[in-house]
Amino acid sequence: MRLLAVDSSPFGMFDYFRQHQDEVLNWLGYHAWLSAVPVVVGLLVALPLGWLAHRYRWAYPPLVTAAGLLYTIPSIALFVSIPSIIGTQILDPINVAVALTVYTVALLVRVVADGLGAVSADVAQAATAMGLTRRQRLLKVELPLAVPVIAAGVRVAVVANVSLVAVAGTIGVPNLGQLFTTGFQLSVGSPYYPPITLGIVLCVLLALAFDLFVVGATWLATPWRRAVSGS
Amino acid sequence: MIQWLNDPGNWTAPGGILDQLRAHLQYSIIALVIAVALALPVGLLIGHTGRGRWLVTVANAMRALPVVGLLILLYVMLAPHIHGKGDTVYLLPTEIVLVLLAIPPILAGTVSGVENVAPDVRDAAAAMGMRGSQVVRRVELPNALPLVFSGLRSATLQVIATATVAAYLGLGGLGRFVYDGQASQNYAERNAGAVLVALLAVAADLVLALAQRYTVSRGVSGRFPRGRTSEAADGPGGGDLRGEGGGAADGPPVTAETPPSPHTA
Repeated sequence: MRLLAVDSSPFGMFDYFRQHQDEVLNWLGYHAWLSAVPVVVGLLVALPLGWLAHRYRWAYPPLVTAAGLLYTIPSIALFVSIPSIIGTQILDPINVAVALTVYTVALLVRVVADGLGAVSADVAQAATAMGLTRRQRLLKVELPLAVPVIAAGVRVAVVANVSLVAVAGTIGVPNLGQLFTTGFQLSVGSPYYPPITLGIVLCVLLALAFDLFVVGATWLATPWRRAVSGS
Repeated sequence: MIQWLNDPGNWTAPGGILDQLRAHLQYSIIALVIAVALALPVGLLIGHTGRGRWLVTVANAMRALPVVGLLILLYVMLAPHIHGKGDTVYLLPTEIVLVLLAIPPILAGTVSGVENVAPDVRDAAAAMGMRGSQVVRRVELPNALPLVFSGLRSATLQVIATATVAAYLGLGGLGRFVYDGQASQNYAERNAGAVLVALLAVAADLVLALAQRYTVSRGVSGRFPRGRTSEAADGPGGGDLRGEGGGAADGPPVTAETPPSPHTA
């Protein structure tokens, strides 16, 4: 039998949190891990693919179209189909991580390609004139200049992931989404808000934290922008 | 799964694939029509006057809300007050969430579409004697249409995806097969449901892409019949507005100001 907060109003979430601290923190940990890892892996995969789409004109349409198509697939469909594709158990959190990595790659391939494409031709020519090889130009000039655009895409991806992970909670994968299903099940007779509001608040806080982290990292990675705006 | 899909009974039975497909489309279309009716005029107004941009910021911030949580919260809130028959108790909270979800991308697309209209084009319209409302309807809207469509398309994907999750509450739609299959360990049914939802989403996107192709003026999209391409695209209104994307991709160029829309469900 579950211990329940007496206060069933939305504000009962504080009591609820105290009573279920271990479980909720455990879900929060899973949730954070499942939201963040796919973004890191997705970015690492999207960078070379995006570069390919930028570097070779013929590669852009197929890569961007394929990415768009993958992005069209609803998450719940991916969550339940991935196990039969990679042979995992249905409730294995890995499925969620793989599905979200797919979305992140799909989103970022185009962002990376367009971000690299937006670097002005003069800058690229100046770099070449200074004797940079093609690879140096990419790593030292084009990629850093594309950081703000790529970061905007990463922010979208990480915030979306927090919401998507909760969807996986409805089929039973452990994460904050379980607070919603718990609240749903406890609300059969009369509304029982605490787990639901707690879940929403924690999800929003988590999304905010990730968003701030990406903004901060972008700030650190683009010192020249501060030099301009600070003067 | 193929076997399950090949069984005609699963298609035509009451509550079968055809029924749920119809239900899924119905929920999605209702929500999208309401969202367009709200977001398009407001977006045009914000873009035209340049006032009320904070609305876009608020709408975008709403994307951080977990959709499932919102859905269940609204259901729990509204359920005791709804005594209608049938699906109403699930349908109302779902439609509210779907509309809330569809508004931000459409609003953001419309506003940035209007804002991206070249100032000379707007000035030319004013110089030709058009009134504010005429500029909006005959110049800004047609020029903003590609971005409006891109917003509408991402709204549609999110609505179709979230309508699937609404089956968790007990609503119909293709999500039924996913959740029922999962609950009864009928994995053929569950996977078939997943594939059907994915196909529906892709098909809906295709329909909108076609609609976009036929409604967006060629002067804006830069698509011209063969033979006239070079001459027309080099003209003042042709390739210019589209930027270097040309006909390669259907969506708008991605910039820091208009980041791609996220998945939410």
